[in-house]
Amino acid sequence: MALPQTVPFIGWAWDDLIFMLLAGMMLGAALMVVLGKDIIRAGLFLMLSFGALAGIYVLLGAPIVAAAQVLIYIGAIGVLILFAIMLTQTKAGPSKLVFHRQAWAGGLAAIVLAVMLIFVVLYTDWPDVLDAPAEASTTVVATLLFTDFVFAFEIVGVLLLAAVIGGIFLAKREDSIDPGERDADRPSTLERLEP
Amino acid sequence: MTQSLDAYLILSGLLFTIGTFGFLAKRNAIAMLMSIELMLNAVNLAIVAFGAFIPGLAAQGAVIALFVMAVAAAEATVGLAIVIAIYRNRRTPLVDEYSSMRE
Repeated sequence: MALPQTVPFIGWAWDDLIFMLLAGMMLGAALMVVLGKDIIRAGLFLMLSFGALAGIYVLLGAPIVAAAQVLIYIGAIGVLILFAIMLTQTKAGPSKLVFHRQAWAGGLAAIVLAVMLIFVVLYTDWPDVLDAPAEASTTVVATLLFTDFVFAFEIVGVLLLAAVIGGIFLAKREDSIDPGERDADRPSTLERLEP
Repeated sequence: MTQSLDAYLILSGLLFTIGTFGFLAKRNAIAMLMSIELMLNAVNLAIVAFGAFIPGLAAQGAVIALFVMAVAAAEATVGLAIVIAIYRNRRTPLVDEYSSMRE
């Protein structure tokens, strides 16, 4: 059964409908990340936003970027952020107040920025723009990655290695011998044993 | 209708704006890092959109977006490690309580 040319009852093209659904899902999830009170839900909504953006990449004709988005952002960064959230949440402390007291100034700045960006986009006359997105085929992308961009590719490999080593070094405990004594201001075991 | 460069760029701008607000307004350090990820995603969307709509640049846009993703992964790793290291010292993830350099 073939789909009709346009969406029934609305008259849009199918691409428009899918774009609107994915864009609404992405912006709504991003708003929930920013405005929500519960940080674990914020992390989960962040992953939903990443997923909707992967769909938008497919719509833009870049399937390899969409696959990398799912693998890297949802798979790696999302899980990493959820782990960090669960490692650093405490029940004690003023967790009710999620925003700064001057959050309204941030909101004002964000609204001004949004209006400026929309005006810039709408009033700029982009030269030589296609009517429909061009397909970035995976073969061409891979060839380009290993010919023209091969130096940057290697540098990114070194950067990731440095980030892994740096992350381990930063998150490593300094005194892993006796973790029970770590955060208390008590004297060490030896001093307590001596009279 | 929506399959134009303007639509994708406005979407990218709105996502970047949401990330900006989160970065400015949130007190939790990890929430600020999540907002940074939103902003990086917005810039990535703009790069891929420019690549897809300017003739002959589709593959280049995709390659640059892949590099941005790799650098973003490195940034998230180091940023979260720093947040966890600070949390271990100060016992709080709230950035406005990291005030020892001010006093």
